[in-house]
Amino acid sequence: MSLILNHVSYVYEPNTPLESRALTDVSLQIEQGEFVGIIGHTGSGKSTLIQHLNGILKPTAGEIFFHGRDIYDGDFPLKELRSKVGLVFQYPEYQLFETTVFEDVCFGPKNLGLSENEAGLRAFEALEHVKISKEMFYQSPFELSGGQKRRVAIAGVLAMKPEVLVLDEPTAGLDPKGRDQLLAELKRLNESMNMTIILVSHSMEDVANYVRRLVVMDEGRIAYDGTPKEVFFHYRELEKMGLMAPQVTYLMHELKERGLMVDENATTVEEAKEAILRAMTWRNRM
Amino acid sequence: MLRDMTIGQYYPGKSLLHQLDPRVKLTGALVFVVSAFLFENWISFAIVTAFLGTCIILSRVPFRYMVKGLKPVVVILILTAVLNLLWTPGEILWQYRFLKITKQGVMNSGYMLVRLIYLVLGTSLMTLTTTPTRLTDGMETGLSWMKLFKVPVHEIAMTMSIALRFIPLLLEETDKIMKAQMARGADFETGNIFRRAKSMVPLLVPLFVSAWRRAGDLAMAMEARCYHGGEGRTKMKPLKYRKKDFCSYGVLSVYLVGLIVIKVIL
Repeated sequence: MSLILNHVSYVYEPNTPLESRALTDVSLQIEQGEFVGIIGHTGSGKSTLIQHLNGILKPTAGEIFFHGRDIYDGDFPLKELRSKVGLVFQYPEYQLFETTVFEDVCFGPKNLGLSENEAGLRAFEALEHVKISKEMFYQSPFELSGGQKRRVAIAGVLAMKPEVLVLDEPTAGLDPKGRDQLLAELKRLNESMNMTIILVSHSMEDVANYVRRLVVMDEGRIAYDGTPKEVFFHYRELEKMGLMAPQVTYLMHELKERGLMVDENATTVEEAKEAILRAMTWRNRM
Repeated sequence: MLRDMTIGQYYPGKSLLHQLDPRVKLTGALVFVVSAFLFENWISFAIVTAFLGTCIILSRVPFRYMVKGLKPVVVILILTAVLNLLWTPGEILWQYRFLKITKQGVMNSGYMLVRLIYLVLGTSLMTLTTTPTRLTDGMETGLSWMKLFKVPVHEIAMTMSIALRFIPLLLEETDKIMKAQMARGADFETGNIFRRAKSMVPLLVPLFVSAWRRAGDLAMAMEARCYHGGEGRTKMKPLKYRKKDFCSYGVLSVYLVGLIVIKVIL
């Protein structure tokens, strides 16, 4: 039950002067039910990487296995793969096209060959998941606000009931409230339905609070792969890659340098609060 | 996928052709197109081919890259060839009911095919070696005399440069939307022509919406920078003729006059 990338490399427009290497020897194994964050600076290859996961891009070298089968094996049903690995692109609201919100969400399930009724049922469920109220179902998707459009587009992928949901910068351009809602919703999907979630982002703060595993990309290679705590431990190296560790990481390191014996591995504000309080009581007792 | 299209694309380089003034290249392309439709015998055909070949070699654009630009027009090419082949009256070589192939038809369709291929190659050679900005700059300066006749040269040039600039952007956008819909199980490749046409809807609607949005954004950005048309507008890099530009004009006139002479004599 997993997704495996085996030494995958990808080159854009090979044999032209515009040739550019996007991925170099990437190996990755993602298990069912994981919540993984992929972070990296612009152009580090993260978007290219995820387009390999459902067979839209074909690697220049290397293989990709889904449930133990090579997805580029000639007889592998790519259509089925695309329903199992749902991919939400950057700014997915630009892919809406139907006359009503409901019809648009039905597009995916209908492509899977489901009946009108079943597609409708799935669309209904998916729209509930992303908290689109029933009054909006029969509006034109182009009349909605940016955040609502985004959620409708995500519902369009959710309606295909994927086992793995991959999202490319789903929070870009959302306000803080919309962002928190969306990320919390993803966390719920991950916990309640055991859906594998792969979240691409360049914001550490976003990722640190939600994911359990972090993959850091740098210039088309995997630089770090581990729990957020393990990764943020290398915060100096991350800076060199143009990435920032969460602000708490900096605060905790600073406090420790100034002599407060805190646990510098706290990654969220909540953990940091606990760690500082513990350190303060300990010091006061001395 | 769609990025394979090379018409209207710029191929970065520093060759002689890249360095020429855009006005020279525009005139050159025009002269070449005229010459391609002028030739009727093997001698002028050879000269035109040699001229195109030399230009391609000078441009240092790989030939394979140029040929890729022919892909989107293959259907038109085949159609023209077939129609010319079947509908030219003359000495009959082969006949099947109402279909007949004539000697003149074979000649005509062959010439037409070569002419169209040369037309595409010649014009794409110009766009491949000239950035869209330089191209429209050249057009604007080269045609500025038309302002006397109240032709809005600047506006036309601006519209063209924006259109050219948007071609790769829209292609990229198409690619993106296609991938997004494919991720939702859309199928653009199989089925009969009606199914395929219908499968275009999820691609075209978002594409139009985004084109409108981009156009609106661009208009706003231009207004915000006080764009008010061409009146009194100066250029950061004004076009100036250099020695090789004059030489190229010379070569072009020799080429054209030579072909005309051959046509008259033979």
